[in-house]
Amino acid sequence: MSQVVPEHLQKTARGEEVTLLEAISEGLYEEMVSDDRVFLMGEDIGVYGGAFKVTRGFLEAFGDRRVIDTPIAEGGFTGAAAGAAHMGLRPVVEMQFMDFISPAYDVLTNYIATSLYRGAGPMPMVIRGPVGGGNRGGPFHSQNIEMAFFHTPGLKIVYPSTAYDAKGLIKAAIRDDNPVIFEEHKGLYRAPALREVLPAEDYIVPLGEARTVLEGEDLTIVTYGAMVHKSVEAARTLEGDGVGVEVIDLRTLLPLDEDAIVESVKRTGRLLVVHEDTRTGGIAGEIAIRVSERAFEWLDAPMLRVTAIDAPVPYSGSLEDYFLPQVDDVVKAVRYLAAY
Amino acid sequence: MAENLSPGLDRDQLLELYRALCLTRAAEERLELLQKQGHMTGGLYRSLGQEAGAVGAAFALRRRTDGTGDFLAPTVRAVGALFLFGGDLVDFFRQYMARATGPTKGREANVHWVDYQKGFVGPVSPLGTMLEVMAGITLSFNLRGEDRVGMVFYGDGASSTGAWHEGLNFAAVQRCPLILMVEANQWAFSSPTVKNTRLESFTEKAPGYGIAAESVDGTDVLAVYEAVARAAARARSGEGAQMVELRYFRRLGHAQHDSQDYVDPALIAEWAARDPLELFHTRMLDRGWAPEGELLAIRQEVEQECEVAAEQAIAEPMPFGPDAVDDVYTDVSMPHPWTRAEISDSRSA
Repeated sequence: MSQVVPEHLQKTARGEEVTLLEAISEGLYEEMVSDDRVFLMGEDIGVYGGAFKVTRGFLEAFGDRRVIDTPIAEGGFTGAAAGAAHMGLRPVVEMQFMDFISPAYDVLTNYIATSLYRGAGPMPMVIRGPVGGGNRGGPFHSQNIEMAFFHTPGLKIVYPSTAYDAKGLIKAAIRDDNPVIFEEHKGLYRAPALREVLPAEDYIVPLGEARTVLEGEDLTIVTYGAMVHKSVEAARTLEGDGVGVEVIDLRTLLPLDEDAIVESVKRTGRLLVVHEDTRTGGIAGEIAIRVSERAFEWLDAPMLRVTAIDAPVPYSGSLEDYFLPQVDDVVKAVRYLAAY
Repeated sequence: MAENLSPGLDRDQLLELYRALCLTRAAEERLELLQKQGHMTGGLYRSLGQEAGAVGAAFALRRRTDGTGDFLAPTVRAVGALFLFGGDLVDFFRQYMARATGPTKGREANVHWVDYQKGFVGPVSPLGTMLEVMAGITLSFNLRGEDRVGMVFYGDGASSTGAWHEGLNFAAVQRCPLILMVEANQWAFSSPTVKNTRLESFTEKAPGYGIAAESVDGTDVLAVYEAVARAAARARSGEGAQMVELRYFRRLGHAQHDSQDYVDPALIAEWAARDPLELFHTRMLDRGWAPEGELLAIRQEVEQECEVAAEQAIAEPMPFGPDAVDDVYTDVSMPHPWTRAEISDSRSA
């Protein structure tokens, strides 16, 4: 059906820079072209092109059988995606905001995540949508939802921080035979600093592999999503202090790239985990125990974390800025650890 | 004793209805101005064309300020109902501008606030939830033998959620004195009604729950009032949950950022000709219920009120950032980030 690629999805083909959002759109589009089992479901994704316009032009390109505007029923259409996956299709489901994934919690954790183990077969599907704060969205349009699902074996969780990774990871997620929750930070969607020229040829970024963003000898920051950029900014600030900071972007949270973390910490001897999600039950706890299990003898300082406060996401700018981890927090934490 | 001019209403009541319509319109128009001036924090939602549904419905309930009256759960497009239930105009602006002085101390947005004495509880963004919550609030009226009814507003889109079904079915089975106001404005964000139901009218769902339902012209404030008064009487007399469908049209986008280019402009124009405020204005004049000068004076008055209220809210402070750690629990404060502990180098805090 799709014959003429919409103008706005040809930027990479033309050698132009794309935003993280455009990278995801291109990835989705390419997978739909190359695999007719892939189809989309979600609220306002067709005519409107999605609340953030990730699927703009898709309805015209692929028709309403492959780009389905659903009723407002996150539980219902996620369950329907499971049924379609049983029948060999590869659904990609959009949550308009990931905060609204909670009605689908039941089917995701009880049905979808257990399917393979129960002998009901693999569940090739992607649940994607915007997450994250900093946009004055208040408690219901700002959450990070990874840890609600991190405890569920059978799910994969992906959270890209760059346009390159976003495109490569969405394509890998669609080709993966397991259910993948794919988080897209809305503050990164159109961030000018993240625009980049992507390879013209088909590529994926394999799930489960972290990436070293910055190399350093003195301290390892393990982070993901929007906090990658705050951590890098902090590391640049600290160059003058002579502190060599290594920044590792997890990219995939589940399964966790434990080897990459352990290998780095063994070299630097110091670990700081930075995540935008709230503190208690955040991924920092899991990472710290794994490092303790495998690299305790190499540590020269306590493992610490910089995170959001344990609270709902507040609406007002002054509260939200205090709630969220900031570059200054990372700088202070690194200085503390470097001097330890 | 005042003469009854229209369905059981005297002249003062008709003027109060008129005033509530004008206030809704003026308050939302003031929001647009505040946004242009850069005072707003988040999204802006309009109820243009839907004002009479909210106003007429709330007017049919017992509105008190001592915690004994009927109870409301509005949507962001039922602002008129919130005002009639005593929702304060300055609070309304404080909420949209995320001021520390607002009822949620800047933690939540727009109509998402509560006042249990006045009898309202604001919505949350996930749809359908408030139907469940209002089932419980009205269940409490039954359990305590209180002569009170509840009213919950939800639009086309919410009707597709599991929560909507579960809440409504619970209220029906338990004979809760709850009135569900279906804001059938024909859109759920960009999705037309047909994307959320195969039915012509949401009232067709009511038999599936064993409850009574009425459908009413949502642009006609008196028709809404009458229909809801009947539904409230049924709910009060022990007949349990009720549904009233408001038929009208969302004349602006889902929110201010939505240019609504997926809607046929001719359709918008058609509904603009049925503007609820102008319809009632004309009726007031035609029936001789009030002279035009009096009506125009009311409009000026509410515009002035909005200006004063908005200016007051603008002058008030934003929240103090570190207050973000409070009120997560009744009895425990969350720790401040250890990297900001100027008074302590403790990592545990």
